[in-house]
Amino acid sequence: MALKLADYKTPVFADWCPGCGDFGILAALQMALSELQLPHSRVAIFSGIGCHAKTPHFINAYGVHTLHGRSLPFAIGAKLANPDLEVIVVGGDGDGLGIGAGHFVNTGRRNVDMTYLIYDNGVYGLTKGQASPTLRLGLRTKSLPKPNINEGVNPIALALATGYTFIARSYAYDVRHLKETIKKAVRHRGMAVVVIQQPCPTYNNINTKEWYGGEDRTDSVTGKPTPRLYRLEETGFDGVVHSPEEVFSKMVAALTMAQEWGDRIPMGVFYQNEFVPTYQERISKRIPAYLGMPPAKQPIGDPSGRPTTYAKKMLEMLKVTG
Amino acid sequence: MAGGPQGSGVDSGANIFARACCYGGLHIYGKREYHSNIKGLHSYFHVRVSRKEVAADVDRVDLLCTFDAESVVRHVWEVSPGGGVICDAGELGTRILDIPTWPAPFLEEFGRILDEKGIKPETVGDLLETVKSSNVRTYAVPYHDLLAEIAREIGEPKLSRLTRMINVLSLGASFGLVSYDKRYIERAIRATFGEKPDIISMNLRALNKAYDYAQERFGDFGFKLEPVPTDEERILLQGTQAVALGKLVGGCRLQTYYPITPAADESEYLEENEIFELDNSPIKGATGSMIVMQAEDEIAAINMASGAALTGTRAATSTSGPGFSLMVEGLGWAGNNEVPVVINYYQRGAPSTGLPTRHGQDDLRFALHASHGEFPRIILCSGDIEECFYDAARAFNYAERYQTPVIHLIDKALANSTKSCRMFDPSSVMLERGQLLSEEEVRGGEYRRFKITESGISPRVALGTPGAVFWNTGDEHDELGHISEEPMMRTRMLDKRMRKLETADREIPAQERVNFFGDADASTVVVSWGSPKGAILEAMQRLRQEVHRIGFLQVRMPHPLPRDHIAEVLGKAKTKIAVEGNYSAQLAGIIREKTGVAMDYYILKWSGRPMSADEVHDALKLAMLGKAPRRQVLTHGS
Repeated sequence: MALKLADYKTPVFADWCPGCGDFGILAALQMALSELQLPHSRVAIFSGIGCHAKTPHFINAYGVHTLHGRSLPFAIGAKLANPDLEVIVVGGDGDGLGIGAGHFVNTGRRNVDMTYLIYDNGVYGLTKGQASPTLRLGLRTKSLPKPNINEGVNPIALALATGYTFIARSYAYDVRHLKETIKKAVRHRGMAVVVIQQPCPTYNNINTKEWYGGEDRTDSVTGKPTPRLYRLEETGFDGVVHSPEEVFSKMVAALTMAQEWGDRIPMGVFYQNEFVPTYQERISKRIPAYLGMPPAKQPIGDPSGRPTTYAKKMLEMLKVTG
Repeated sequence: MAGGPQGSGVDSGANIFARACCYGGLHIYGKREYHSNIKGLHSYFHVRVSRKEVAADVDRVDLLCTFDAESVVRHVWEVSPGGGVICDAGELGTRILDIPTWPAPFLEEFGRILDEKGIKPETVGDLLETVKSSNVRTYAVPYHDLLAEIAREIGEPKLSRLTRMINVLSLGASFGLVSYDKRYIERAIRATFGEKPDIISMNLRALNKAYDYAQERFGDFGFKLEPVPTDEERILLQGTQAVALGKLVGGCRLQTYYPITPAADESEYLEENEIFELDNSPIKGATGSMIVMQAEDEIAAINMASGAALTGTRAATSTSGPGFSLMVEGLGWAGNNEVPVVINYYQRGAPSTGLPTRHGQDDLRFALHASHGEFPRIILCSGDIEECFYDAARAFNYAERYQTPVIHLIDKALANSTKSCRMFDPSSVMLERGQLLSEEEVRGGEYRRFKITESGISPRVALGTPGAVFWNTGDEHDELGHISEEPMMRTRMLDKRMRKLETADREIPAQERVNFFGDADASTVVVSWGSPKGAILEAMQRLRQEVHRIGFLQVRMPHPLPRDHIAEVLGKAKTKIAVEGNYSAQLAGIIREKTGVAMDYYILKWSGRPMSADEVHDALKLAMLGKAPRRQVLTHGS
């Protein structure tokens, strides 16, 4: 029986602020799961701490709401133990690029086959609007006593530098684009990251829905706003590496596009490279039986509780008498 | 004792020595001491050889094998009368103060001892002269001349390529002095250098050269090391290997770690053995494997292990004090979410970031209290290398039965000690997985991961089990696992979690939680935990020979503490003596808190060195004779 969108919802009340971008992300994620027809019990959604972190509670699938900045290590542990799981990690910009930055970097190096969605709104919402690592230098959002003294990190460029093999940007209020981007990320063989631009109606009064929509820049002829976000694919940009020789040029192109911000903000796939072996493949090279018999599926004891590990050989190696 | 600069083969030399002794049916116990340094600073390995099993270090050195001048100066006064010092003939003229590696506190202490003894040796040779009167003999071996001979024989133009073999020259000379059967030594060399025939043949040459040199030049040492034929199956290993083997047998299939001394040895050994055969596997022809994951830090390490444990995998992480400090938040999360994760915690001395390579037992209180908030946890402490094996396996049973983190406390002395042990018995290990529901068992109806039950234990499913879903959160939660800040839910849910500890306390028998040795009716009872066990047992043996009656209560599970049992044992004793490798007698404090029973004497040590049987003996004896202060501080060991 086909799974319906409603099957991916829980009755838990979503307590985000009215107008929060998280609602769009949640809807897009639930739609993507439903369109991919992923069974609930195969899906595990991991989150960190912050507004984004409540997401798993609203999705009818295994949901692991972890610690601030630590969602990636939890998810990696679960995925490596049971590679049949479809693991989707959600994180905030402060969560993933501030306190969890070390995990973000090292996750790129591993290319575990899973998906990471970053909810990027430039502020720490739950603690009342402090500057997040993606807020640009000199900006002063509503609750900052002084303008931001740090430069903002560029998550697309950072992901590229650290080895993510699928890097995309989307927008919380463009649910259709986001849903399609999430589906691509989930289908990608390797570590995918989607940076989701998301207004925070309560604390970020600069990068608002109106700002992203360009309502401050109406076309003098048509009178219509000129949105800041545009779609990369509509410009003919193709971030996909089609042969290993293209890796360098595609990275350079992606890095170049990643610099765009302000008046024009690209959305879509910046870079995708499936020629990099996944962590699971790397393990399989060392442990050929890994995918068929991963840690979570190994019989460790017989029904009476006798261990299956045959330790005799290892003990023989240590033997000095007898 | 073998001593030399780090990187000069102290370890491999001492291991060859130990292995050769074991091949001859002798028992060994080896203590390894080293600096936090890669090359150049002093390290030593003290190997005890005995006809009987030995499980502790002693102060006495019978034969000091030195590779350099510093080792002579540092250890010469530890050599017992009738003993000998093997040293480099080329270093006899070295001026003591010209040795570049002295730390200031050492020189101060050295100067003080010289003043006390009223001697003023300038050179290494002078120093060795001063101990002649106490019948400590010097056996100067011209290492470089012997190496030059070898170079000529094998046509090696670069002598520097051979200096690595000074360790084998030194141990060859020592074996020559005691006329030990060469075949065992040769076998040990072959076993140590494995598949490198060139290196084996060179080292065999060095062995023979030094052995023969000692036999020809030095004459009778007055002691012959005789092999003891035995049929007993024995293994030679260090604590980190015992833990690793216990984990493999115990069904651990995913291990995470961040490099740290001395815990990392365990993970490296596991990685070497990541694929293994299965015995009575329900799936025919399957091989077993373990993923060993080097994480980016200890925060990632514990959280990866928890993520894996959620999937029903037996997962663990292995670390030392500074790493555990970083794991604390993750530990709390695992406790709150009832995750059966195991942490093998190798204690070492000092706080941030520690005496990285030195011993300590300072972290019992930390393991007990780490994390904000409250949650149940179980703490196991191993007292010797055998217990390291069995405890590492059973830690997973407790973790899964009570669905909570288990901290297995080990320490540097156990981690790095080498011991000949009777062959382990993996067949005595049984796996108990607690209430883990299968796909069939969970089918139908709504699954409640954190169902409130009388025992506090809620039947668990592995993440990924078809037909179920659950939620986790570090916040307080309802039975499904969704966040709940409702006061009644918080009250009931924490109460449920904490009840698991009472259930564990009720279910786990005392004999799994304490050991008692010695005289059951003795008026003196020693209370300890962890690695002092070996030294205490040996000290007791001597005390009993001296007609003192004494008992020893070894606590293996300080949490939940078997309070009634301990109160009963200690209630009968007139004199209670705590022996611990820390400043504040941490276990004694916990016992007092839980039972109201206070210790009469404290024997403590925090010098960064493990306790020797001698100093424990002396301190216990003083206490038993009523001549000791309430608190004795031990300082032996260099």
